[in-house]
Amino acid sequence: MTSLPENTGKKLGLVIDLDICVGCHACATSCKEWNTGGYSAPLSDHDPYGADPSGAWLNRIHSYEVGEGPGSKTVHFPRSCLHCEEPECVTVCPTGASYKRAEDGIVLVNPDTCIGCKLCSWACPYGAREYDFDDGVMKKCTLCVDRIYNETIPEEDRVPACVRACPTGARAFGDLGDPSSAVSQSVAARGGFNLLEEFGYKPVNKYLPPRTGASDRDPAIVTQPERMPKPDGSAVERLFAWADQALSR
Amino acid sequence: MSKQPAIDLNDPVGDHVAKTTCYMCACRCGINVHLRDGKVRYIEGNRDHPVNQGVLCGKGSAGIMQHYSPARLRAPMKRVGPRGSGEFEEISWEEALTMATDWLGEVRANDPKRLAFFTGRDQSQSLTGLWAMQYGTPNFSAHGGFCSVNMAAGGLYTFGGAFWEFGDPDWELTKYFLLFGVAEDHASNPIKIGIGHLKGRGAKIVSVNPVRTGYNAVADEWVGIRPGTDGLFVGALIHELFQNQKIDLDYLVRYTNAPWLVIQHPGAADDGLFARGEDRDPIVFDKATGGFASAMSVETTPALTGARTLADGRTARPVFELMAERFLSDEYAPEAVASQTGVDAEQIRRIAAELAEVAFEQEIVLDQPWTDWAGRRHDKMIGRPVSMHAMRGVSAHSNGFQTCRMIHILQILLGSIDCPGGFRYKPPYPKQAPPWLLPQGALEDIRPREPLGGPHLGFPLGPQHLLLDDDKPSRIDKGFTWDAPMSAHGLMHMVINNAAKKDPYEIEVLFMYMANMAWNSSMNVPGTIDNLTAKDDDGQYVIPKIIYSDAYYSEMVPYADLILPDTTYLERWDCISLLDRPISTAELAADSIRHPVVKPDRNVRGFQEVLIDLAARLALPAFTNEDGSPRYPGGYPDYMVNHERKPGIGPLAGWRGADGSKTGQGAPNPKQLERYLENGAFFAHELKPEQAYFKHANRDYLNWAVEMGFRVEPRPTIFQLYCEPVQAFRLAAEGHGTRQPPESHRERIRKHFDPLPFWYAPLEETMVEEGAYPLHAITQRPMHMYHSWGSQNAWLRQITAANRLYIHRSLGAKIGVVDDDWVWLRSHQGQVKCQVRLMDGVNPDTVWTWNAIGKRRGAWGLSDDSPEANQGFLLNHLISELLPEGGGGYRYSNSDPITGQAAWFDLRVAIKKADGAHETEPLFEPTGTGGLAPSPNKIAYGAEFKRSGR
Repeated sequence: MTSLPENTGKKLGLVIDLDICVGCHACATSCKEWNTGGYSAPLSDHDPYGADPSGAWLNRIHSYEVGEGPGSKTVHFPRSCLHCEEPECVTVCPTGASYKRAEDGIVLVNPDTCIGCKLCSWACPYGAREYDFDDGVMKKCTLCVDRIYNETIPEEDRVPACVRACPTGARAFGDLGDPSSAVSQSVAARGGFNLLEEFGYKPVNKYLPPRTGASDRDPAIVTQPERMPKPDGSAVERLFAWADQALSR
Repeated sequence: MSKQPAIDLNDPVGDHVAKTTCYMCACRCGINVHLRDGKVRYIEGNRDHPVNQGVLCGKGSAGIMQHYSPARLRAPMKRVGPRGSGEFEEISWEEALTMATDWLGEVRANDPKRLAFFTGRDQSQSLTGLWAMQYGTPNFSAHGGFCSVNMAAGGLYTFGGAFWEFGDPDWELTKYFLLFGVAEDHASNPIKIGIGHLKGRGAKIVSVNPVRTGYNAVADEWVGIRPGTDGLFVGALIHELFQNQKIDLDYLVRYTNAPWLVIQHPGAADDGLFARGEDRDPIVFDKATGGFASAMSVETTPALTGARTLADGRTARPVFELMAERFLSDEYAPEAVASQTGVDAEQIRRIAAELAEVAFEQEIVLDQPWTDWAGRRHDKMIGRPVSMHAMRGVSAHSNGFQTCRMIHILQILLGSIDCPGGFRYKPPYPKQAPPWLLPQGALEDIRPREPLGGPHLGFPLGPQHLLLDDDKPSRIDKGFTWDAPMSAHGLMHMVINNAAKKDPYEIEVLFMYMANMAWNSSMNVPGTIDNLTAKDDDGQYVIPKIIYSDAYYSEMVPYADLILPDTTYLERWDCISLLDRPISTAELAADSIRHPVVKPDRNVRGFQEVLIDLAARLALPAFTNEDGSPRYPGGYPDYMVNHERKPGIGPLAGWRGADGSKTGQGAPNPKQLERYLENGAFFAHELKPEQAYFKHANRDYLNWAVEMGFRVEPRPTIFQLYCEPVQAFRLAAEGHGTRQPPESHRERIRKHFDPLPFWYAPLEETMVEEGAYPLHAITQRPMHMYHSWGSQNAWLRQITAANRLYIHRSLGAKIGVVDDDWVWLRSHQGQVKCQVRLMDGVNPDTVWTWNAIGKRRGAWGLSDDSPEANQGFLLNHLISELLPEGGGGYRYSNSDPITGQAAWFDLRVAIKKADGAHETEPLFEPTGTGGLAPSPNKIAYGAEFKRSGR
């Protein structure tokens, strides 16, 4: 069995804002294009032009509705590995291919020692691990480990591909172990939550819930939709009387 | 604990980066294309680019699979089997171009109008329009007639601008953003970036759309309106503003025709036109002097109300008064519109109150002095921070023009056009209202081997500008006739039908680019296919010759006789021009290029290159030197640099002049493209702060616009709340003038051509049996596809390979269906069998699906058993290009009667459960695949990039 580091130097992860994810799939396809030529190369596709196309993706978006009636909502939910602190996908691995990095907490699969037994994909409640039918190994979000330290890339671009691409700014990357980091602050400010906390894997990625509405308006919109009191005369007459104020061009 | 593997953390992405422009949709974001060994490794957004500022949507990020698609055409082809069979023979470019030149040359030498040249999803109308002008056929337009001409025309006739390419919300400063009928487009990334900002800043987003997906899902308030009734909703908002006196009167007096006097003389030939002074300027009543004055004078205090007696004794009333009467009528009270729109009266009232609250109580004041067109200095820029955006959901209805006009009037009453926090024009807009451009191509002007006198499309001001020869239409699509008098973008969706029916006349050659007319871009697909394959008694096709250019083997390819294969966007030169469809922002006048970043691995050529080659072979004057040699021997990049539309003004505005120091106007710069390439394939000129707002009346902006060639004079654009050209057409219907509509059209023109906007029921539902089709059926585009593009993309089709018909839960319960059950959907035109999905977030009387997912077997490199062909479906089969027969037996186009806009979303349907179904109907016979190699059954793209030793 593989063991976990006692603690990690950093807790790198993503913060995903469900308030502004519009379901455009930029994070999914930018992940696919980056990783199919990067650390996990290639991410294969099977029957790509046929009756049952499928492939290895490291990030998928689910759109669904919550509730019924006036309070209901449509949610777009991106799902990828949450780089948990105590992931059983690591401890269940028979070869040690699945591991959590001591320096930054990123959970990775070593494709050279993975035997594709798929135990990790059973252990993960988030469905974060996919078996690549071509390579015969498990693939998952790498937190773009091949981008974030890469000195051949401009510093401002050393973020995961999905974060770089997201058009609404719904994805952020940083150290969730540092309370003063921008990502930690956004989690605190917006009530970021753990997905499926009850499994006890202590996910590092956080989701920000949709904002609730009127209380977030800044400045507040205070309206009095009651009609103005009606003196004599029709609305047209009143309007014209008002409009006859002196107005110069 | 096992030792951690060593990973190479510094693997270079590629061996070089090329910056160019995306073409996965019409947004035209800037992209960085990372290449390794000549193959595309990774595509990301260009951080410096004004449109997308570094982000890239789901489509742009999947460009690799668009480029490497097995559905790509390989070489020019000549049809050898019947149309639709997909039997082709590959030929050389020389043979293809010779064939095209023969066909086109013969028509040009005899009767140029027998060429119909229409372009679909392309973005090079400045070139294609010039080509068609030089050829001399009246029959040209792009796809606007079946896309969003109502948006464009509604806006341009009202305030010299419109949504999408012509303007944007003030993303930085707006506090209230009202969206109507927007799916993803347009524009893709700018709206996404904007929504992210607005929510972060606490601005309120209200989205009016029958369907709650995408942007509507994240809106603070979703208004699930009944399709086609947005005009009632907006009318009720306007009613409330008038009712509560929440109107920027100052703004109206200064910037609009609100005080202009309108002649009230029913029965007279100038009834309802503006009263004009001797200098022909419209007049106002000046309260300061107690007499009339020119509307153009700034020395007046014009009255907004009050009937006045003109010098000739007749009565005239100001526009404001007429408008107020209309919208204060009970017809537009919130209670009156509630049941038809499906929106509560209380909700309407509240939204109106919120608009007013934000516009007037939360105004923004910028400490930025500016000078208006009359030379008066203002210390501050005052903004009413309410912004709006509307797109095809409003446009694609037969009442779309008037509805769009209403939305703009709503914006204007709130004082929110081009002010801080409001709607902002993007250069080269604003133009005049409407732009000073008249349509060209009257039949009597068409002569063999002679160019047209000017561009085809324009903005008629009355019947005198229609393209009619007596009663005979000049254009094959009947644009600018009584069928669609103000059809500013043409009616591409009528071309094939009219050509097959020889109405108004026969054509010889149909030449199209990037338009899937044999499938998702047409109404009534079976009928369109019949039209493409119709034969005369002599056994020849009624449309004798079809030339088609595309990059992919689409459903249209098998119906063409000559195929000119296009490149992908990574292999071509291209020009996104201020003369055409700009990519400016509110503060940057911008244009951009594409350039080849990978070499084609097949015998394809950029369509624009081909067009310029053909132009030289045909000796079109603007493309040929006096000695007969080609004027642009270097092809499209040569044209981009050296063509001058007017002296000093060419396709690209940046780095002009011999030394590259001029912007907008300047001699061609031989090194211009190098400068663009150095700058990331785009050019942007930043406006000065004093030019940034009130562009329609801002002297510094207007003068600069004249220098750049956007405007002819620095006169301001005056907003036309009352649209006089529309009244001019109405007067003809009422029996005035030398050019009047035929009897069959008289009542239709009289009713719909109201110079003040109003709501009327979409035409289809008024002409089908009442109650027979109780539901509305609409489509929208998913964010990860672009019309028919996407199914040939191995990654995008894993996201969506078949569409479902989305219906409200209550409807599902009523007809007894659950998710994935099959149903029959029926309209007056036909029926379709498809699978359903139940949802909550949809107007209960509306069903919808993703557009263009359904594909035909044989096309797009997909297997015959693919979901797209067997479960996927189009609503197009239910939509007729002609309305049901009306009085007098005439069948009008299924279009807006004013602009000819295709009324896709007027569709009315009935639904019932279909038992024992497994596949969609209609199921079309598979076409042949034109000799395309079979598509791979596995892809491991990127395997070659795997480095040894991680």
